[in-house]
Amino acid sequence: MTNFPLNVVSELGPYLGYFVYALLGFFFGFILESAGFGNSRKLAAQFYFKELTVFKVMFTAIIVAMVLIFLASALGLLDYKLIWVNPTYLWPGIIGGLIMGVGFIVGGFCPGTSLVAAATLKLDGLFFVAGAFFGIFVFGETVDFFNIFFNSSDFGRITLPDIFGLSYGTVVVLIVLMALMMFLGAEWLEQAMNKGQFSKPAKWRVPAAFVLLSLAVLTMATGQPSLSSRWQWIAAEQQSRIDNREIFASPLEVASLQRDKQIRVELLDVRSESDFNFFHIRDAKHTAIEDLQQLADALIALPANTLTIIASNDEMTATEVWKKLRAASVPNLYVLRGGVNGWIEQFSLNDFAAQSKNPNYTNEKPAYLFEQALGERHPMAGPNLANYKLDFDGVVKMEIKRAPAGGGCG
Amino acid sequence: MMNKNQYPVTPSSGRPYWNPYLAGILLGLILFLAFLFTGNGLGASGGLNRMLVYVQAAFFPEHVNTTAYLTAMAGGNANPLLSWIVFMVLGALTGGFVSGWINGRVKVETNKGPNISVRNRWAFAFIGGALMGYGARLARGCTSGQALSGGATLSVGSWAFMLAVFAGAYLLAYSFRKIWN
Repeated sequence: MTNFPLNVVSELGPYLGYFVYALLGFFFGFILESAGFGNSRKLAAQFYFKELTVFKVMFTAIIVAMVLIFLASALGLLDYKLIWVNPTYLWPGIIGGLIMGVGFIVGGFCPGTSLVAAATLKLDGLFFVAGAFFGIFVFGETVDFFNIFFNSSDFGRITLPDIFGLSYGTVVVLIVLMALMMFLGAEWLEQAMNKGQFSKPAKWRVPAAFVLLSLAVLTMATGQPSLSSRWQWIAAEQQSRIDNREIFASPLEVASLQRDKQIRVELLDVRSESDFNFFHIRDAKHTAIEDLQQLADALIALPANTLTIIASNDEMTATEVWKKLRAASVPNLYVLRGGVNGWIEQFSLNDFAAQSKNPNYTNEKPAYLFEQALGERHPMAGPNLANYKLDFDGVVKMEIKRAPAGGGCG
Repeated sequence: MMNKNQYPVTPSSGRPYWNPYLAGILLGLILFLAFLFTGNGLGASGGLNRMLVYVQAAFFPEHVNTTAYLTAMAGGNANPLLSWIVFMVLGALTGGFVSGWINGRVKVETNKGPNISVRNRWAFAFIGGALMGYGARLARGCTSGQALSGGATLSVGSWAFMLAVFAGAYLLAYSFRKIWN
């Protein structure tokens, strides 16, 4: 089982959890200051090609973190699906980025670096922080006027490997190679712009680059875990939950959860489309199961109070889907006990179950036949629970998502 | 006074800055540890935002409760300061100060190019900060929250954002050369 990421605030409590964030922030600030990022001249020199420290520090940090993240994910230590990947709002991001670029050359800092400048009493840093507060204030007061643009071109969690159709490992190696080339170019440029007077780069950077590149190649060679191998990691623990029937929620439980306003029930109907059209449970979504990877990503992105129930005609298909989605780290995931057949049995009206038996019933086929394709307009789709005694043994336990629901710049 | 035309830029007092690659490697390690322990990357501007909204909510609760963007952070009794990013910002301020202090670089000064007055430099710093603050909220993150964190996790939007920041700065670098050179 992949043990990371942790959700420090819910696991360690708010005091210790927030302390971890403060500690990470401490090292963040310490490193920024030590790199010279409290000095606006050093930052601005980047844009006159006099000194490319900003570029070097930033890209070294990005490629080091990237290689470690995807290596840890390949080795099953870190679950990439549960970490925050900034959602792509393409045009607001680009326009905001351009405005920030202008702010960078005019003001000489970015928000993070201005903090360490202010902390070391650089007056230009203090004025910059004051300005940043003002800019944020104006944004909060004006965003309502262009909300449509602010939320436009929303591509969700989309990554470079997605759009280039390459594997994560390949993209990692390519980005490392690109960055190393650009470092060489940057060093050449620094010498050229300063007429050879620029201090020589440290020798150890060459072996360090080789180590990083080897780790990147190792990441590519190992490959990101497939859903089946991820299932193997968790099989020992999860198979016993299946055997103890802890993942099967009875129709009565599911029906009452659907009426619980605090929970968002996502009922996935994985049967064939014609079965779905004849009859389905109210609010069930017909769900194709060809691309479970993509389905898992969509389910993980839903709010933390989402409960996902999988329903097939019986339990077998749904349980197989459950294993794959569970392996993909979908939280709060259950199977409808007895499937849709079990639901009809439970909520059968006017002797429907006795009179409409399917004579050709086999496992994972509809056990009951409908004369018309009524879908969810059939009264059994949304039974009146007042007519039933709700004496089920509940199995659903809502858990807080391990990964935080918000990230980036919070 | 230090030589204004000498690169790499050195601090006016105290020990020299770190080698950029060393700083980058350590920053990358912290970024990785942040993802490992919290699932979040690093960030800064969101923390400033929440501190500001805290003040707004203290004085104008009615206004905060009727402005959707602010309500999300501080509507009703919600405390906008109870968020990971606020603590990260406080940590970063402390870490920056400690690093400057033990290396003798905490000093009241204004860094600028030789051809601009201190007062104008402050004015430009304020204007640049305002643009930065506005842009960072529009882009849903600053250099740390978008470029570093999103860059390392391969988010498409973050890479587009990063190119836009560099493009914006390089496009206007010539126009604003008087501030720095």
